[in-house]
Amino acid sequence: MPSANHSVYEAHPVRVAAAVEEAAHKVGEATEQENCKAVAREGAAVFRPGARGSSMNARSNGPSQRAWDTARQSREQRLAAAARYARGKLVSHEDATKLLEAVVRAGDRVCLEGDNQKQADFLAARLAEVDPAVVKGLHIVQSGVVLAEHLDLFEAGIAKRLDFSYSGPQGAAIARALKAGKIELGAVHTYLELFSRYFVDLTPHVALTVARCADREGNLYMGPNTEDSPVVIEATAFKQGIVIAQVNELVDKVPRVDVPGDRVDFVVAAPSNFYVEPLFTRDPAQITETQILSAMLAIKGIYEPYGVKRLNHGIGFNTAAIELILPTYAERLGLKGRIATHFALNPHPTLIPAIESGWVEQVHSFGSEVGMDDYMRARPDIFFTGRDGSMASNRMYCQSAGLYATDLFIGSTLQIDLAGNSSTFTKDRIAGFGGAPNMGSDPRGRRHASDAWLKAGREAAGETTSLPRGRKLVVQIVETFGEKLSPTFVENLDSIELAKSLDLALPPVMIYGDDVSHIVTEEGIANLLLCRTPAEREQAIRGVAGYTDVGRARDARAVEDLRARKVIQRPEDLGIDPLDANRSLLAARSIKELMRWSGNLYDPPRKFRNW
Amino acid sequence: MENLKLRFTTRGPIPGTARSTIVGVVASGNLEVLLERVLDQNECAVEIATPVRGYDDVWKAVVADFVERASPGGMRISINDGGARPDTVALRLMQGVRTMEAGDE
Repeated sequence: MPSANHSVYEAHPVRVAAAVEEAAHKVGEATEQENCKAVAREGAAVFRPGARGSSMNARSNGPSQRAWDTARQSREQRLAAAARYARGKLVSHEDATKLLEAVVRAGDRVCLEGDNQKQADFLAARLAEVDPAVVKGLHIVQSGVVLAEHLDLFEAGIAKRLDFSYSGPQGAAIARALKAGKIELGAVHTYLELFSRYFVDLTPHVALTVARCADREGNLYMGPNTEDSPVVIEATAFKQGIVIAQVNELVDKVPRVDVPGDRVDFVVAAPSNFYVEPLFTRDPAQITETQILSAMLAIKGIYEPYGVKRLNHGIGFNTAAIELILPTYAERLGLKGRIATHFALNPHPTLIPAIESGWVEQVHSFGSEVGMDDYMRARPDIFFTGRDGSMASNRMYCQSAGLYATDLFIGSTLQIDLAGNSSTFTKDRIAGFGGAPNMGSDPRGRRHASDAWLKAGREAAGETTSLPRGRKLVVQIVETFGEKLSPTFVENLDSIELAKSLDLALPPVMIYGDDVSHIVTEEGIANLLLCRTPAEREQAIRGVAGYTDVGRARDARAVEDLRARKVIQRPEDLGIDPLDANRSLLAARSIKELMRWSGNLYDPPRKFRNW
Repeated sequence: MENLKLRFTTRGPIPGTARSTIVGVVASGNLEVLLERVLDQNECAVEIATPVRGYDDVWKAVVADFVERASPGGMRISINDGGARPDTVALRLMQGVRTMEAGDE
């Protein structure tokens, strides 16, 4: 059988080489279709049965004569084009842009590594400098779109299509670029989902990664900030892609091999250290009494009755407040050792007092947190550390842990509707999800029991006597009003309108209402597991929605009925004294007190040093 | 500044002997509440001074719920608002009543 693939490959102008590369990722289709170019169109994972006819008749039982290593050949070409800039694997930072022009082809899928923490910021700036006449139409597949340079790629036409998870500070810029037609949005994923697609249909052709140091062989040491890198690099390297690492320094021997050198093609020592966002640091000085009250509600009304030991905390002041009242309020309740012992959690500085007072048995982390390195190194019983002593993180492993091995997720959100659906997207911000939809969902593939999980399952099942099933506790903890008195509870999520205006196939919902088990506000706890009808669920939500329009439109009688059934519980129903909702309940009231708790091992970043 | 005056009849007086108390602070997003035991035991008066206009309905709802929950008979309550959110207002009022109940400290 003559190979269309091969002849196209032989021609190999830059444009066609990219198409071959694309085809190589779709081997299954290419063997059955005559026209390789049709297959190779960007993102066109469309099977066309009508195009099969004649080639089917021509099939024999012998092995195919087509080329089976087009991707490897493309890789060899790229390496050859880059050779003039490299000495071994080392490339001078001054040649980084030229290196990228040599190895990145139009239409490539590129992971420009950046997540909600560490950033390959030097390589991002260099990629934004390439000639957009040559390197164009890239498909960016990375978890975080966080830097201004990430958006510059789309403005310049270097990149066209985007699949991501989290945008944080660039949320408004992404929305603008989408509306202006500069970005074709694939999907907003949860981390685990995007990483999984790296192995199925979003395999990067080029990965630009970031490490603390490298040796000449390309072995990478990432220290506590391993984060997304292992999964990105494995998917890229083992599918004949190119891996380039920016590093803070070159060394003779790395302290620990986080990524083996034979998966790394080029190493660039960047002129300055890579940026890490201290995203998980919350200054206890800013925690309000309302947040403390909600934290008490969560502990007394959820952690205690379900006996929640294994959990994940989302980012925010509400969860920071919970961490800071474990050694005070929860200690008084006699809960030490009975709740909050095992965490899938980034190293939150606000967890230090609970760790120091013996609450926490172990913590596995997605990434690191700025300033926590020395503290974690000194607490290997708590944190996962390498033989070199430094902490080791891994976002994919920890996301899996949070999905399957925890009984509770608790986190905040911006908007909740009457069915309990929640979203952090607003009309002009594509915020992304990060890990929340993964942590905040009931994993139907779970098959191990725990008391917390079974109790939640019993509550959800009610009177029905079917098979015993468990249920994850998915808790949304919010204040009824957010910034600038914007209500958290709404009739309709802004993201639904946003999806319409951008013609998105799937309205961006962070956590679906049917996954939410409880909503905690300063007004009380709504247990949605106990609601039997949509109308009950709506009144349970209105019943904790405070003085928002949604809250004030409650059916007061229905809400009191729900309260009698303990579907809604108020602070006084749980014996919580509002006088305790006081900042003196916090085990640490400032960043400086966190440092003291840590024996000065915690070294907070400058922006949190306000003394 | 907007001034709002509300009067209520309560189920009964609040317990305790404290004559007066102040909870909270005057600060942006916060509020100060002065409670004085000076009225008849089934009466409650609430005076609100707030820099934020247009939230009369919310104030009335917050205070009415509070009176229903706490039955603060005998209290004259003066609120000096710094633009606090309703949740903070509700919490402060409950804290004020609890402090009055707790005694003279």
